[in-house]
Amino acid sequence: MKNKNVIEVENLSKLFGDFAAVNSISFHVKAGEIFGFLGANGAGKTTAIKMLIGISSPTSGKATIAGFDVYKEAESIKKNIGYMSQKFALYDDLTVKENITFFGGIYGLSKKQIDRKRCELVDELGLQEVANSLVSSLPLGWKQKLAFSVSLLHDPKIVFLDEPTGGVDPITRRQFWEMIYKAAHNGTTIFVTTHYMDEAEYCDRVSIMVNGKIEALDTPKKLKAHYKTDTMNDVFLKLARG
Amino acid sequence: MSIIFYIIRKEFKQIFRNKGMLPIIFILPVLQLIILSNAATYEIKNIQFGYVDADNSSISRRLIEQFQASTYFNVSERFSSEKEASQAMQEGTIDAYLNIPVHFERDLQKDKTNAIGVFVDAIDGSAAGVINVYISQIIQSYNKNIAMDLIQISDSVQKPNSIDSIPLFWYNQTLNYKTFMVPGILVLLVTMITLFLSGMNIVREKEIGTLEQINVTPIKKYQFIIGKLFPFWVLGMGLLTIGLILAKVIFNVPMIGNLGLLYAYTSVYILVILGMGLFISNFTDTQQQAMFIAWFFVVIFILMSGLFTPIESMPKWAQILTEFNPVKYFVEIIRMVMLKGSGFTDILPLAIKTLAYAILMNGLAVWSYKKTS
Repeated sequence: MKNKNVIEVENLSKLFGDFAAVNSISFHVKAGEIFGFLGANGAGKTTAIKMLIGISSPTSGKATIAGFDVYKEAESIKKNIGYMSQKFALYDDLTVKENITFFGGIYGLSKKQIDRKRCELVDELGLQEVANSLVSSLPLGWKQKLAFSVSLLHDPKIVFLDEPTGGVDPITRRQFWEMIYKAAHNGTTIFVTTHYMDEAEYCDRVSIMVNGKIEALDTPKKLKAHYKTDTMNDVFLKLARG
Repeated sequence: MSIIFYIIRKEFKQIFRNKGMLPIIFILPVLQLIILSNAATYEIKNIQFGYVDADNSSISRRLIEQFQASTYFNVSERFSSEKEASQAMQEGTIDAYLNIPVHFERDLQKDKTNAIGVFVDAIDGSAAGVINVYISQIIQSYNKNIAMDLIQISDSVQKPNSIDSIPLFWYNQTLNYKTFMVPGILVLLVTMITLFLSGMNIVREKEIGTLEQINVTPIKKYQFIIGKLFPFWVLGMGLLTIGLILAKVIFNVPMIGNLGLLYAYTSVYILVILGMGLFISNFTDTQQQAMFIAWFFVVIFILMSGLFTPIESMPKWAQILTEFNPVKYFVEIIRMVMLKGSGFTDILPLAIKTLAYAILMNGLAVWSYKKTS
C-alpha cells in the first residue's frame, strides 16, 4: 500500500466564468500520507476539494482518486473516501447514536457492522453519557470529533478534512490530531486543510495554494529550509503575500 | 432497499421531533378545514333591501310583504324618493332596492301589465346576478297570484297559460354548499401541506450543509429521493384520512363512492405534488425561495382549480391552462367519487392524466437533482 499514489492530480482547473478558482494544479498523495492542503481564504482550497470528492466537475485537467477518474467514476470514488466539511454536517436534531446509525446505513454497512461501530465509536470518544442526547446539545469540539469519526465509519481509503479544527480550543485540537495520526497509522490517507500553521507542521507534506495555484509543495522541513525561516507561519506569510 | 429504510426512519424522527412544524402539519389543516368550509359559501343571504313605494296601494304593500317574508332579504327601509334610495346604495347601506311607481295598482288592473324598477349593486357581479334571480322569483310568484286575482275580478275568458319548471338538484339535493366545498378544501390542504413540506425539506438540508455530506456518499439518486419523499407521501395520506373523518363527523358530507378508489387516486396524486416540491427545491438555495415559488404555484392552482369558480366560465386560454393544474383533477375526482359515487371507469381518464403528470414531474425532479454540480 505504501508509496502507491492514491491521489493523482494533473493540471486540474475549475473556472467560474472568466475566473479560475483553481488554476491548473498538479500534485499526488501517497497512501498513508498526511497531506496538508494550505492556502489563504479564497485561495481555492474548498473548490479543489469538491472536485476531488466528486461533487463538483472540473473544467479541465485530470484527477484520479483511489484509482478512479473524477469525471467518469465519481460514485466509485465516494465509496472509497470520507469527507468532513468546514460546516458541521451531522444532523443536529438526531442523537449521537442516531447519526452514527444513519450514516452507517447510507454507506451500506450491515446492521451488525453498524451496531459494532456505534459501540466502538461511542467508547473511543468517551461519549457514553451523551450517546442518546441530541447532537445540538454537544460542544463544538465534541461535534467535530464525532463528525470525523463518522467520516471514517465505512473505513475509507482516503479522508478529506476541510478545516476540521476551525473554532476549536487548543486541547481539543490536540486530541483531534491524535485521532488523525491514529487513522493515518491504520493506513488511511489524510487530506487536510487548515489555517493553523502549527498543524501544518504535523503533516508529512504540505502544499500552499495562492490565487488558485499551488505555489509550494514539500515537507514542512524542506519548505522552511527553502524559505530560510524557522516556522511554517513565516513560509505561509512569504508566499501568501507574494 | 435497506438504505432507503435508513433515510425514511431518519425523516420520520426529524418530523416528529420538530416541535415547531408538528402543529403546522396536523392542527392548522384541521382548523382551516373547519373555518374555510363554513366561510366559503356562494349562498347570498342577508341581502340589505330597500324600496320606494310611490303607489302605496294594497298590491304594492303585499309585494313588499313577500320580501319581508323571505329569509334572504333584510328589508331595511322605505325610502321616500328614488334619489334617497340611490344615495343609500352609494353609501353601501343597501344591496338592492325596488322602485314601485305611482298608480302601480291602477295601471295593473287596467292594462294587465306593468313594470317596476329593480336596482342592484353590481360591484360583485356574481352576487348581483344571484340577487336579481331571487328578486325576480319573488316578483314572478307574486305575479301569478295577482294574475289569478285579476282574472276573477275582471271575469276574463283568458286562461293563464304558463310553463312551470320544477328543478331537481341531483347529487346535492339540498344545494348544501358545505357538501360541495368540504371535499374541495380538503384537496387544497393535502396539496398545500405536502407541497410546502417536501419543497422545503431538501432545501433545508442544503442550508444546513447536510446535503453536501449526503452527496459525498455513494447513495443512489433514487434511493435518496424515495427515502426523502415517502414520509411526506404518508403524511399526505394521513391528512386525507383526518380530513375525511372531519368531513363526515362535523359536516356530514355524503360519501357515496368507494373510499378505496379515492385513496388509490390520492396515492398517485400526492406523487405529482411531491415531484413538484422536489423540483422546486432543486432550483432553490433557501427555504424562503422555495416557499415563495411554492406559494406562487399554489395560488394559481387554487384559483384555477374549479373550486371557487367554474372552469367552464373561464376564457378558452385559461381553460387550456387548467389542464396543467393537478388540483383541478383532484377536486373533480373527489367530488365525483364522494358526491356522485363515480366508479373506476368514470375517473379513469382523469386518473391516467394524473399518473402521466406524476411520471413527468418525478422524472424532472430526479433528472434535476444532481449529486455533482
